[in-house]
Amino acid sequence: MAKPASALAKRADELFNWFDKRLPVSAFWKATMTGYYAPKNFNFWYYMGSLALLVLVMQIVTGIFLTMNYKPSAAEAFASVEYIMRDVEWGWLIRYMHSTGASFFFILVYLHMFRSLLYGSHKKPRELLWVFGVLIYLTLMAEAFMGYVLPWGQMSYWGAQVIINLFGAIPSIGEPLTEWIRGDYFISDATLNRFFALHVIALPLVLLGLVLMHLVALRENGSNNPDGIEIKANKGEDGHPVDGIPFHPYYTVKDIFGVSMFLLIFAFILFFWPEAGGLFLEHDNFVPANPLVTPEHIKPVWYFTPYYAILKAVPDKLMGVILMGCSVMILFFLPWLDRSPVKSIRYRGMWYKILVFMFAIAFIRLGMLGMAAGTPAETIEMRIWTFVYFAFFILLFFLSPGGKTKPVPDRLTH
Amino acid sequence: MPTDGVNNGRRRFLVATTSVVGAVGVGFAAVPFIKSWEPSARAQAVGAPVQVYVGALEPNQLLKVQWRGQTIGILRRSEETLALLPENDSHLRDPESLESDQPPFAENEWRALKEKYLVVNMHCTHLGCIPQLMPQVGPQPFDENWHGGFFCPCHKSRFDMAGRVYKGVPAPTNLRIPPYSYIEQETVLIGVNPEGAA
Repeated sequence: MAKPASALAKRADELFNWFDKRLPVSAFWKATMTGYYAPKNFNFWYYMGSLALLVLVMQIVTGIFLTMNYKPSAAEAFASVEYIMRDVEWGWLIRYMHSTGASFFFILVYLHMFRSLLYGSHKKPRELLWVFGVLIYLTLMAEAFMGYVLPWGQMSYWGAQVIINLFGAIPSIGEPLTEWIRGDYFISDATLNRFFALHVIALPLVLLGLVLMHLVALRENGSNNPDGIEIKANKGEDGHPVDGIPFHPYYTVKDIFGVSMFLLIFAFILFFWPEAGGLFLEHDNFVPANPLVTPEHIKPVWYFTPYYAILKAVPDKLMGVILMGCSVMILFFLPWLDRSPVKSIRYRGMWYKILVFMFAIAFIRLGMLGMAAGTPAETIEMRIWTFVYFAFFILLFFLSPGGKTKPVPDRLTH
Repeated sequence: MPTDGVNNGRRRFLVATTSVVGAVGVGFAAVPFIKSWEPSARAQAVGAPVQVYVGALEPNQLLKVQWRGQTIGILRRSEETLALLPENDSHLRDPESLESDQPPFAENEWRALKEKYLVVNMHCTHLGCIPQLMPQVGPQPFDENWHGGFFCPCHKSRFDMAGRVYKGVPAPTNLRIPPYSYIEQETVLIGVNPEGAA
């Protein structure tokens, strides 16, 4: 290398050192990336977390640009969204990125959570990691619900009506509570305006805080893996896990590949099928909100329909709301309901494979039934799958301590 | 932290009192923020009573007006309709309106101040949708012995011509009756009870 260049490199080094003394950049980089050893056998399921982070960033960026043209008032909201779609340069792309991103966020989060069921990632010592994950999921549901109200279409309006009235089922405080949430005697400008504030400021802040906690908790104990073995239990002479590889460069490169594949699929939907046949953006939401006309068939967006089906399966309003609440809240207790000594599905018996399979089918079928019109036959099917949904958690609690397991190897299998 | 000569009792007392005073302060400071979510003075003003002339209604005709953003229906009922009401009783969840929400003057078979006009909050008591008026007496896909009534398109709840809910549907109670009174023979004031209490 020529002399002037090395002199320049020396200056750059000095500048970096000046920074590093005042902000621990290299120590942080080493602790979380190059010096952080992750299990070497991550498969397809381990893309979801980093992709969800990517979508979060995308939602924040597109969201900021949407607020530049969106008007959070009942009189102007619908028209301002159409204005973004038709008149703002590239506005359609930014809006579709945001609306498609919301659905993909849920697809990724559902796959991410299912990964935990497969490999026992919620089990000791990662219980808090899972709890933070469920909190993120809850916040995301509130965020998505309020975001869906903002375009002020028919489904925004009547969906909000149904969801807010769920709180009205609570005995005695129900009515004043719904009035307090709405800020009016009906869903109005006041409701839209406060949902806007929560959607763009309050909930994103909460979400970022929870994601940070989720990541800190992840780095503390390290990722689980498809074999469900603690790699830290088997360290080499250099003090690093024998079955671990540095997160950077190995998994950053792997995640970049995942990002490429994801963006390929994402862009395809974004450009050719952004409404997803009424799944991502419902047909009724292209009609401005009208408090006097109820749409023929009210249903939430697809990612809420499994819980909506549980609500509809119960003939009693209060009991329906309670059971729906339980169906989400029970997720918090999963780490303690699953008492199996083995983490990964690979080393659990057939009993666990059947339970997880039935649970997945129940969730998907409930999702489909939640969108359906609600014939008597469908109602009966909803009740059956609601039963299966809860049976999963109850059976898991009773079967997991004594359930058949296979011997777990000491080292990762790949 | 040096611990020599520390009066632990005093330290605990100071920590506790500071915490309590701080918590009380936070509690008071939270009140304006929580209260700011209540309906504003403007929203309350818009919620003022509504006056409707009902004399021009034909039998089985439904007039919908807005009161506090709620859709209020005024239905004129014929003698035949009123005569059919008691026959529904055995199919109803709450025929005597014991569990339902209505002013005391509407706790009767026809759920109204005057039998001729049903003044009813149109929002379904299940999840707030607006049921459709289906006044025709005769077999329907959802009921072979239909005496006329309201049918909710959202989750198939059914109500009779007095807004009373049928058994076996999601809606838990009868349609709500808003406070109202007559200020003239055929003019209804929605939002004010006959005695004057809103």
